[in-house]
Amino acid sequence: MEDIKKRIAHIKFWNGLFQVVGLLSTFVGLVLLFTLMADLFTDGAPRLSYKFFTSFPSRFAEEAGILSAWVGSCLVLLVTACAAIPLGVAAGIYLEEYASKNRLTDLIEINIANLAGVPSIVYGLLALGLFVYFFEFGESILTGGLALALLILPMVIMATRESIRAIPNSIREASYAMGATKWQTVKWHVLPYSTGGVLTGIIIGLSRAIGETAPIITVGALTFIAFLPTPPVSSDFPFISFKWLFDPFTVMPIQMFNWVSRPQKEFQLNAAAAGIVLMGMTLLMNGVAIYIRYKFRKKIKW
Amino acid sequence: MIKKIAMGAIALMFLLTAAAVTVTAADKIVRIDGSSTVYPITEAVAEEFQKARRGEVKVTVGISGTGGGFKKFCRAETDISDASRPILKKEIDVCKEQGIEYIELPVAYDGLAVIVNPKNTWVKSLTVADLNKMWAPAAQGVVTKWKQVRPEWPDASLKLFGPGVDSGTFDYFTEAVNGKSKASRGDFTASEDDNVLVQGISGDKNALGYFGLAYYEENKDKLKLVPIVNPATGKEVLPSEKTVMDGSYTPLSRPLFIYVNKKSVETKPEIKEFVDFYLKSAPKLTGQVRYVPLPSVAYKLAEERFAKKKTGSMFGGEEKVGMKIEDLLRMEEGKK
Repeated sequence: MEDIKKRIAHIKFWNGLFQVVGLLSTFVGLVLLFTLMADLFTDGAPRLSYKFFTSFPSRFAEEAGILSAWVGSCLVLLVTACAAIPLGVAAGIYLEEYASKNRLTDLIEINIANLAGVPSIVYGLLALGLFVYFFEFGESILTGGLALALLILPMVIMATRESIRAIPNSIREASYAMGATKWQTVKWHVLPYSTGGVLTGIIIGLSRAIGETAPIITVGALTFIAFLPTPPVSSDFPFISFKWLFDPFTVMPIQMFNWVSRPQKEFQLNAAAAGIVLMGMTLLMNGVAIYIRYKFRKKIKW
Repeated sequence: MIKKIAMGAIALMFLLTAAAVTVTAADKIVRIDGSSTVYPITEAVAEEFQKARRGEVKVTVGISGTGGGFKKFCRAETDISDASRPILKKEIDVCKEQGIEYIELPVAYDGLAVIVNPKNTWVKSLTVADLNKMWAPAAQGVVTKWKQVRPEWPDASLKLFGPGVDSGTFDYFTEAVNGKSKASRGDFTASEDDNVLVQGISGDKNALGYFGLAYYEENKDKLKLVPIVNPATGKEVLPSEKTVMDGSYTPLSRPLFIYVNKKSVETKPEIKEFVDFYLKSAPKLTGQVRYVPLPSVAYKLAEERFAKKKTGSMFGGEEKVGMKIEDLLRMEEGKK
């Protein structure tokens, strides 16, 4: 009896010990993150103002703002989304619903998984060769957006496949039993049921893209830009213009990088403020992803 | 549902950007890329120029580094290239191959500051020979103590900090100290971000490093500036606006340049306007961004050089250390 009690106490001790160790590990990460955020906020918060968002970069730290940077980031992301979403979702559907399981699809699958782990600078080099020189898009918003689209494509494909795979086969079988074709099944059942997962994957991919610097620098984003791209809507016929796609641009992380490497301390504060904005953008996007997932999960009734 | 969300998102983004876009469309663009050292000056000029022209001309400035800038310049992707050293032989050849002619214009001086920790009590001044002892390629793994540089200095380990090998600052320093550009020991802490060097030197009593004077000016309280012995006069000289401009802080002060594509000047009037504006406002703006302006006679000679569209480099593909820029410009005039 004593023996058993001793053993139980011993086991309980280890259980408790691990709990403490686990808790401490969690805290190390959290505390580090919070100190970092607190530091960023104390440095940058005073610089956040309406003017900061509506001013161009300047040699005077107090007058400098992030207008060209955040507009550039938004436009690049728009291009990224327009390119990566149709391609990624279509590829995911094909691989999951249409492709037969053979060596070739295995190879494709392995490659997609590998692509997700390729360093982003490699995508930058690819985009430099392909979009800047071969297609002659130049160092433009279009090139930057497509480079980032390549980067997040594997993530979108994987997210699409995961969420399609989660749909029970009985749904497809029921659809086929009613005489639906494959496309009709995909259109009416597979896609709607997987929308939550797909959108979550897309937004998480985009929120990674917004913080990327390396591929954007490689394709030639600029540091000083004190003008905005051509407006997409104009008062003259045909009212919509796509000239902005070919305009030079800068993005938030590049603006931050530039300010961090300045000698003057005031520019470091600007960098911190831009960091807050960038973090806010990422958090907002992730928040939207979580909300969408919750919303769609509630809607599905099988 | 997907459609609605996607449409909504796209419409929202369009609206946001449309709301932010106020500048009217203009196709006059001045494309500049190159050295990050020259960047603050060019940025200041670009800012003022755009203000003066009310956004009629667009100016973009990148920081690909002096070498990266020349690569783009010789492919005619840029109109103007910022450079913290003269164009090199192989870059001249590439440009020639592509049929790019350029006008070389000095725009400012930069002093390279040699810095130690404020707690360092033993270094009063340094000669080029001392620096060479510390930084020569042969010193790698051998010279590790202060004592080895000068016997009277303490037996403490020598911790070196310097800019990364891609920077023009590194090129110039190695040329001035070791006699050959890019010839340096490799076992020092290198960073492209000079603020990292400032942090490193201010946190280590035994540290020594070099970077642009502007970074010292902003961190005076954390660093100690070392006077360098002028090889010609034997006097110890601290870098300052005055000593850099009059040429007594040598060999560690260097001229900064812009290179202008001659064809761009001839075909695009806005390029000519921009460069004229640059040379005219440089004396005032270089000071504001903590660089040292050239003597006014040098700006005058540079303006003449630009007006005559004189192509080619004054340096013939080599780095020249310790030359006064106005002498070079005058020499060129005399040669003709």
